[in-house]
Amino acid sequence: MARTRADQDAETLEQLCAAKEIVVSTGSGGVGKTTTAAALGATAAARLGIKVLVLTVDPARRLASALGMERFGNVETRVPDAAFDEAGVEAQGELWAAMLDTKQSWDDLIRLHAPDDATRDAILANPLYQNITGKFVQSHDYVAMERLYEIHNSGRYDLIVVDTPPTRNALDFLDAPDRMADFFSSRLLRWLIAPYRSRVVGFASKPFYTVADRILGTQFLEDIAEFFILFQSMYDGFVERARAVTELLGSPQTTFLVVSTLEVAPSREAAYFLSLLAERRYHVGALVLNKVLPDLLLDKPATESARVLAKHGAEVGAELDLALDLQRPHVGSVLTEVGRSFLDYQVVARREAEQRRELSAIPDLTLSVPYFDDDIHSLQGLLRLGEGIWT
Amino acid sequence: VPAQRSTLGLLDRKLLFVTGKGGVGKTSVASALGHLAAAHGRRTLVCEVDSKGDLADFFGVGPLGFDPTEVRPNLYAMAMDTEASLKEYLRLQLKVPMLAKVGPLARTFDFIANAAPGVKEILTVGKLTWEVRERHYDLVVVDASATGHVVGQLASPVAINDLVKVGLVRNQTDWMIDILTDPDQTAVVVVTAPEEMPVSETLELVERLGDETDIEVASVVVNRVLPELFARSDEEIFDRVREPDAMASLSERVGAGVGKVMEGAELAVSLRRSRVRHLTRLREGLPPGLPVLNLPYLFTRSHGVRATAKIAESLGEELGF
Repeated sequence: MARTRADQDAETLEQLCAAKEIVVSTGSGGVGKTTTAAALGATAAARLGIKVLVLTVDPARRLASALGMERFGNVETRVPDAAFDEAGVEAQGELWAAMLDTKQSWDDLIRLHAPDDATRDAILANPLYQNITGKFVQSHDYVAMERLYEIHNSGRYDLIVVDTPPTRNALDFLDAPDRMADFFSSRLLRWLIAPYRSRVVGFASKPFYTVADRILGTQFLEDIAEFFILFQSMYDGFVERARAVTELLGSPQTTFLVVSTLEVAPSREAAYFLSLLAERRYHVGALVLNKVLPDLLLDKPATESARVLAKHGAEVGAELDLALDLQRPHVGSVLTEVGRSFLDYQVVARREAEQRRELSAIPDLTLSVPYFDDDIHSLQGLLRLGEGIWT
Repeated sequence: VPAQRSTLGLLDRKLLFVTGKGGVGKTSVASALGHLAAAHGRRTLVCEVDSKGDLADFFGVGPLGFDPTEVRPNLYAMAMDTEASLKEYLRLQLKVPMLAKVGPLARTFDFIANAAPGVKEILTVGKLTWEVRERHYDLVVVDASATGHVVGQLASPVAINDLVKVGLVRNQTDWMIDILTDPDQTAVVVVTAPEEMPVSETLELVERLGDETDIEVASVVVNRVLPELFARSDEEIFDRVREPDAMASLSERVGAGVGKVMEGAELAVSLRRSRVRHLTRLREGLPPGLPVLNLPYLFTRSHGVRATAKIAESLGEELGF
């Protein structure tokens, strides 16, 4: 199929998805990043007639339910056409989904990079290995980027939409490949494992080891040392990969979405993401704002009416009762509350409008998604969301 | 699972870990708890662990460091810095000045923190339990990691105990575990919002904390509970006043903008209703006897220190102060 590479920035998500091969969805926790990524992927598959993979690293498995699947694992799984039929949409392309299983992905990586079977088995059996791969947030970030690279290189998909892990520090995952490479080349690491490599240096004679031994115990240090000695045999593979992954993220095939709500803390974080991405010259395709209150809350005539109701609801209610013979109690208090509530929500809507102005000054494309009553559970819901911001 | 729930009030504990899904207002609740405790005469420390810098905003002060800043009478705030915590630990606990001679601590730290799992977590939990052990404060409130990481953080002393069988670290983790697992001293407060994912994550977290740690969950705080516009029995009136004849009459009296005002009210009613369902699911899913505190949504422009005071006031009401 024909793919065009836009020289100028895309004006719609449709153009963006048609022009790019990788869309990375970023944002702080709880802003609908995963849902947005899934909605975009589903809509791209339905509308562009291309083969799309949605890759999520979110352990909450909510994407699975939204895609109408009980669960899916590390293996890429096709969302059945029947699910699209059920949603009342004829899919032009294919939608695939995969979740990142950190442990499984690390195991795959070790199998790929290990110089021989013995090293591979020793690493997989090392007591520290599971601990590090399973519990390290950083290892999560690294393996997510690594997996993205591998899938992209395979050429199996026209478009990959990646949902980034909820990181503690904004764009940790971007640095993960470099950090992993730095780590394996660190002098300190070589220094620490030196006595285990060469028994010529008496272990206990070095003050550092004496202290480390006192603090951590010999067995633990030996476990660490074994682990890193084994890992060093894969150093070249890791460094080369890290470089390639970093290049891919900065390449013209890749774009970033920043997802946020207009609440104070997520907005601030989104602004920070946007500036950081710009600083590093990554391509920011769009800012997607979720749970945005409707503009009608800012309407001037409505504000005037609301003020009258909030203040004189009792009188207006009495008049209305008289005029229409409503024969109901509490008309006044209901009207008062209606007016008050409008003014309450208006305070929030105003704050949101300000935030939106500030944020949308940065990227070329800003899209607002209204408040939905519920989280999205179905492909239909995802497609509705996606269609709403598509063109 | 602790054999018996503590009978102490929330602020009578020594160490409270405040956690929750990202975006639910964990930091605002942690700062409000600190504010409330200090206002009731408890010397209180609030510590932010993920160094995002949000806590300083809630107290209306400049950037926080490892050394606590007094932000109000009786109330101190700090930001966790694991490297500073390591330095303090080595100085105070192990009495190993010679480590300074074997190379820059920063590089050593960088290595250890990256190489050994759970080191950053243990330095965080270690510092906090240390403040409790030394009785520097009546109460330490921790703006802890979000739901995804908090179990790992709280379980780190036990995890380290499993890996490190002997040595000084082992001796250290033992007393930390004693403090953490005493429900009269330590408890977790889970902050949530009446929305689908926050409620699901809260239920999962409470279960995981029960399964994977021996640390008591003292309360679930539901933040941003939307007000009910009117009683169910008055909904019929709301329907009636939106009929064409009533709208025409209202338009004459309060202006043509009333149509949009009603649309706004419909949104408010549907938002409130969708949230009530999640609140019900939360109450039904939590273990019996676990207190649930509700904090109202703040329809104000204020954030920062004024919002903290307001949330503290609501918390105080919920706690019966």
